[in-house]
Amino acid sequence: MLLSAKIPKSPGSEPFIVRIADSDSKQSGSEATVAHGDEPLSPNRFKCVLRIGEAVSPDEISIPKDLEYLSPGDIVRVNREAGEIRVLYRRNSPHNTLFFTERCNSRCLMCSQPPRAINDDHLIEDILEAIPLMSSNTPEICITGGEPTLLGERFLAVVEATKQWLPNTSLHVLSNGRLFSMKFARQVAAIRHRNLMIGIPLYSDVASKHDFVVQAEGAFDETVRGIMNLERCDQRVEIRVVIHKQTSERLPQTARFIARNIPFVAQVALMGLEMIGFTKTNLDAIWIDPADYQSQLSAAVSELRQAGINVMIYNHQLCVLSKELWPFARKSISDWKNIYMRECDECCVRDSCGGFFASAPLRYSSHIKSVTKVDRQENEAFFPIVPRFSKI
Amino acid sequence: MTPGLHKTFRELERYQVDGYRLLPMRFLSLDSTRYVVTNLAGNHRVMKREELDDLVNHRIPQHSVFYDDLKADHFLADGDSTVYTDLLAAKYRTRQARLPEFTALHLFVVTLRCDHSCQYCQVSRVSEDRSAYDMTSETADRAIDLMFQSPSPCLKVEFQGGEPLLNFGLIQHVVKKVRRRNAGREIQFVITSNLSQLTDEILDFCAEHQIYFSTSLDGPALLHNKNRPRPNHDSHAHVVDGIHRIRNRLGIDAVSALMTSTAESLKQPEAIIDEYVRLGFKSIFLRYISPYGFAAKTSARIGYETEQFIEFFKRGLQYIIDLNVTGVQIHEVYTRLLLQRILTPYATNYVDLQSPSGIGITVLVYNYDGDVYASDEGRMLAEMGDKTFRLGTVRDSHRDLFLNSNTLEMIFETMLEGLPGCCDCALLPFCGSDPVFHHRTQGDVAGHRPTSAFCKRNMELMRHLIRTLEDDPQAAAILRSWI
Repeated sequence: MLLSAKIPKSPGSEPFIVRIADSDSKQSGSEATVAHGDEPLSPNRFKCVLRIGEAVSPDEISIPKDLEYLSPGDIVRVNREAGEIRVLYRRNSPHNTLFFTERCNSRCLMCSQPPRAINDDHLIEDILEAIPLMSSNTPEICITGGEPTLLGERFLAVVEATKQWLPNTSLHVLSNGRLFSMKFARQVAAIRHRNLMIGIPLYSDVASKHDFVVQAEGAFDETVRGIMNLERCDQRVEIRVVIHKQTSERLPQTARFIARNIPFVAQVALMGLEMIGFTKTNLDAIWIDPADYQSQLSAAVSELRQAGINVMIYNHQLCVLSKELWPFARKSISDWKNIYMRECDECCVRDSCGGFFASAPLRYSSHIKSVTKVDRQENEAFFPIVPRFSKI
Repeated sequence: MTPGLHKTFRELERYQVDGYRLLPMRFLSLDSTRYVVTNLAGNHRVMKREELDDLVNHRIPQHSVFYDDLKADHFLADGDSTVYTDLLAAKYRTRQARLPEFTALHLFVVTLRCDHSCQYCQVSRVSEDRSAYDMTSETADRAIDLMFQSPSPCLKVEFQGGEPLLNFGLIQHVVKKVRRRNAGREIQFVITSNLSQLTDEILDFCAEHQIYFSTSLDGPALLHNKNRPRPNHDSHAHVVDGIHRIRNRLGIDAVSALMTSTAESLKQPEAIIDEYVRLGFKSIFLRYISPYGFAAKTSARIGYETEQFIEFFKRGLQYIIDLNVTGVQIHEVYTRLLLQRILTPYATNYVDLQSPSGIGITVLVYNYDGDVYASDEGRMLAEMGDKTFRLGTVRDSHRDLFLNSNTLEMIFETMLEGLPGCCDCALLPFCGSDPVFHHRTQGDVAGHRPTSAFCKRNMELMRHLIRTLEDDPQAAAILRSWI
């Protein structure tokens, strides 16, 4: 599924954000209507007509078939000057992400979104404009980057806006936690968002190893202090550990560190790699077949469970996980980049399995195979809890 | 070198700093070759003597697995991080988190009268004289006033005796009054009873007000009836019948049982445990007999040496673990408490296993005659004429009970952190202080460590548990599952 596409360039046009209109829409100026093929459209007061295929009149904007899935309530950003359309929000998707910035103060070895030191302040302005157009039934919104907290005051403004416009939506922020000073944590807490969780990665129990993974001296201390500051302000924190060659060996000790030092966290996610970005750049330094760290993964899960901490396994295929770990596995990969392999064709637990990132064909476990003849009833206890907790 | 690392990324070595320093720690020999080492926050590690020697002499290979483990557990620190001070402080604070909440457990001794004449008891009187041994409602009302002055967000009201059901009218009075007066605190009620006087009317009231029971069960009928004499030798039958009736009326978890171990008990831990399993209990407390009350007079007959108790405890614990292996779910309460202190960062609430001691600040006892004591053992001592632990009376103010008595002084004088013998002990973070026991057995609230039975018993039990966690993976998995 593509979330952005090329459109014909039209020099001199201002970019704008529109919502796809419902059939009973009051034809507001912030909405667009989508036309398919050559179906005729009478003149209307929508902001514009997005036509899948060739434009029928010069006012219409032609968009490629890849975006055929656009449906009422979705929000797009149209930039005719640059010849680009971006999908900001899909009303029927449980996986909506607000991309804050490409900038970051870390440079993780396996970053899926390599940071760029550019001025992309317009992204946050778009987000602030789009939030009021989103459906109040949206179950969850994820904030990601880059490092969203680099935006400081405007980060707070978005949290505030989601509280105001999307009171029923849970907000999941992915941050490295380094900038949560006591002051900033207090400012976040003061918004009193009803359902906010901040997901923060911790890659090791040893400071230098964490700093190496994120390529930033002193990052471990900043992150741990950030987590403690958020706790002091009663903010919910999720710990995210990406498992790869540089983190898998000390995974049980990292779990123990969490259990002994920051046991107050709301949940811990143990996550598999996405094969894009810096993971490709550092492939041989990073890649380890998940089958080769199953003992560490089991030990980590049991350490956290014993401490009464909610633990989840993301981005892993059931056939690679030992069966005792199945109940902790979640279908964690966003729908638009979720695939299954040829090896999965005959699998009888495919429905319960999270599958792969679309980037996985680059390298994936050599132990992938269809699970056959699992008697579902006999093995019910092992089956994962299918509803997702969070997307990546 | 990290093979495969792109040249624009820096190597791990760039983030490592050489040279380490030690963080505050204590060590103690565990057996002939090993030591148990603990840090300020109660993290523990078992090390060979040579490893400990290497650690303190700064000879551990930098960034080895052992080095990283010690660093992550806050036994040593190097130059790459300073956040360990914040974490140690937070962990220390967490272990003391109950202190500011102050007294949660409030014991109302509603009568001293009892229908039993147990060998080891402590304080009870077989008497019909209500005026001499029952608490009055005026006394109870003043005790309730005092209780509500505690800042604790949870209040636990425990009715003690004697046999408290012999003065059930007062229990009803207290429960109703406390319920009426409570504004938002969590309140629990427990009646400690031998259940011989249990009636359907009592059960009705308990169902209506969510009152739980704690009873005494010393083991199989023969042993139980020998320890707990009653006309007709029917104490055991009464308890078993009472347990069933409570469970039917109030639910399976509405009654718990405590055992007291006499010399006779020490011969048969398996039989005692089997009796608890037979009656469907999920826990058993292998409890040490306390040298108070009448027990001291009869100690030659029913008492025992600390070594004998330790053997009994170990044998019983092994039997419980074996039962768990076969799928029977039952845990030992004291072991669980010690494991919580050894394996988790959290505070526990057991009066004798905390520093400062919990006397007065974890528990207050309102005696039938209106005197207020700092612990249940303290009021038992008073029945023998020693009122050292009497704080005052229910007519005193909450403030006076603490500030105009010697309680606070006793509490800080017995804090392990300042006691000779304790302050250097590696087990300090897990252990506790028992001023009443030491006053009674050694004539001094602080006591003398090398000859203290409290110290001997707890050190050996903790060593035993730590060795089991290290050496027996199957038992360790079961022990960890109890936490």
